[in-house]
Amino acid sequence: MNRVDAMFKRLKREKRCGLIAYVTCGDPDVDTTVRVVEELERAGADAIELGVPFSDPIADGPVIQAAAQRALEGGTTLLDVFRAARAIREKSQIPLIAFSYLNPLLRFGMERFGKDGAAAGFDAVLLTDLLPEAAREIQRSLHHHGLGLVFLLAPTSSEKRITMIDRASDGFVYYVSTTGVTGTRSDLDPALLGRLDEIRLRLRKPLAVGFGISKREHYDALRERCACVVVGSAIVRAIADGDPVGAPQRAGDVVRSIVYHSGQ
Amino acid sequence: MTEQPRKPRATSSKSLPDRAGYFGDFGGRYVPETLTAALDEFDAAYRKMRRDREFRHELDRILAEFVGRPTPLTEAPRFAELCGRFRLFLKREDLNHTGAHKINNAVGQALVARNMGKKRIIAETGAGQHGVATATACALLGLQCVVYMGEVDMARQELNVFRMRLLGAEVVPVSSGSRTLKDAINEAIRDWVTNVRTTHYILGSVLGPHPYPMVVRDFQSVIGREALVQLRKRVGKTPDVAIACVGGGSNAIGLFYEMLKHESIRMIGVEAGGRGPKLGDHAARFSGGMPGVLHGTHSMVLQDEFGQISETHSISAGLDYPSVGPEHAYLQQVGRIEYHDCSDELALEAFHRLSEKEGIIPALESSHALGWLMRNGNDIATGSVVVANLSGRGDKDVPQIAALEQRHT
Repeated sequence: MNRVDAMFKRLKREKRCGLIAYVTCGDPDVDTTVRVVEELERAGADAIELGVPFSDPIADGPVIQAAAQRALEGGTTLLDVFRAARAIREKSQIPLIAFSYLNPLLRFGMERFGKDGAAAGFDAVLLTDLLPEAAREIQRSLHHHGLGLVFLLAPTSSEKRITMIDRASDGFVYYVSTTGVTGTRSDLDPALLGRLDEIRLRLRKPLAVGFGISKREHYDALRERCACVVVGSAIVRAIADGDPVGAPQRAGDVVRSIVYHSGQ
Repeated sequence: MTEQPRKPRATSSKSLPDRAGYFGDFGGRYVPETLTAALDEFDAAYRKMRRDREFRHELDRILAEFVGRPTPLTEAPRFAELCGRFRLFLKREDLNHTGAHKINNAVGQALVARNMGKKRIIAETGAGQHGVATATACALLGLQCVVYMGEVDMARQELNVFRMRLLGAEVVPVSSGSRTLKDAINEAIRDWVTNVRTTHYILGSVLGPHPYPMVVRDFQSVIGREALVQLRKRVGKTPDVAIACVGGGSNAIGLFYEMLKHESIRMIGVEAGGRGPKLGDHAARFSGGMPGVLHGTHSMVLQDEFGQISETHSISAGLDYPSVGPEHAYLQQVGRIEYHDCSDELALEAFHRLSEKEGIIPALESSHALGWLMRNGNDIATGSVVVANLSGRGDKDVPQIAALEQRHT
């Protein structure tokens, strides 16, 4: 069984809501990213989304945009993202999901990405601007190398699309909590909890909820309603908020402030 | 999308795009899931209105009484003499209300938006012409209007910023990335993802996710439809050559679309050659780009070896964009349209010559098509009939050119 499926099985067995932590790879540099991920796992993160920096991140708010820009200015490429994944994988079995826009992977070649990505230790890929109807061959290339492809579900998705996305997505479905870009928000979308109750009944796959989740009270409101939450901008902001040496500690503190349990 | 190019099906794109929005390998819909419902809604509303007699009457009435269509076709013999031995006709989109072809699409989409019950409109703008056109259409129809514009473009097109504000629009400066059109589109998409339930995004070119390339093309195709009728009256035939500048490509597809079925017409799209062939110094997607996905569509994209989108350069803000409409990418691939480029310097030369010889100050964008004719017109057969799209007027460019030339003298 792959690491993503194993994680959701374990969360179910332990009857707890997990936490996926997002970091932009290469912000401020690749070595720091590796150390941050190690600390995020110690702090209680159940899986890692490793962000591939892209020049035109249309689904991201200012915090992650700025992180991508810093990473690109530092010269981070897909090869560095693989290097980071390999370094993480040397010490850890935490599920690793590549979080990217389509173009950097297309340019690299999907077959080649599947091969090198799997070899580096990735388990799955999530592409913000790829819909299931355009993904068939890309998904086949990834499957060929044992990588899953995760799709997003939005508050505006029709009934028909909910079913389609549930069927197409590998391992779990990522629900976007609100219409908007990534970024911390003080309150959850007021319609979110009710919407999750409806959607959960329709999904066969585990549900992760992301966008705008940054606090323990968000986690508390969501923990009975999804398998996992995703925390991104709050971690990325903490990494940027001081010197690189202290970045792992600051990132870990964000996770510790949200979840109760300590790492396994 | 396929990694191996699919075999193109037809050389005419009359039946394209297909249901999923593809023109052969190009086009499609590459967006966050949040936008799919709005794109489906827009697609359905547009298809319905396209068949609706009342909608068409209202659009035609606005185009006639407000925009000033049909626009004239002007022969330019004194300028043509500088280029070669052919007859040159200019399709005068510069004489539209607001001074460019952009208004054709802006009023069309604003009408669709109003009929869909969307009260808030957003738009991106590069040169400012699409922003002004959208602000104008919104004023006409009583819609709220927000325009995203890169800070660099705001500086070089100050007059258009002021015009948009006069028209009641809010202009939001974009300070991310290269602070030009590409970044304005990023920001407009982010706004749309957030306010998708109440807002319609009036995209200004034949770019973006399906159905935009189709919708914008259809609203702009009035240009070529009129030109064919006018040429038939004036010279009794279809043109031998049609030429237009290509940024996103809306004025070009507008001129070309109705002509595609006439296989004898040679069609030429002219991109911005900028300062030279180095990546970052131009916006020539066909000579310098690779297939890729930007802003929701699969097309030819200027990018580095890791798929990061390149910065571009052009003297004209309206051509300064790293991707091109997917239908152009398709028409280039199947060999129906040829694409060339024209440098900043040559465009500037054409800008002056048309002004002096014909009493028409062209937009810097349109000057690229004229510049190509100045350089290559000798290869066009004697007596040929050439129609060039004069997509906009140059008033907006006058301060920039005055500053540029003051620096040089």
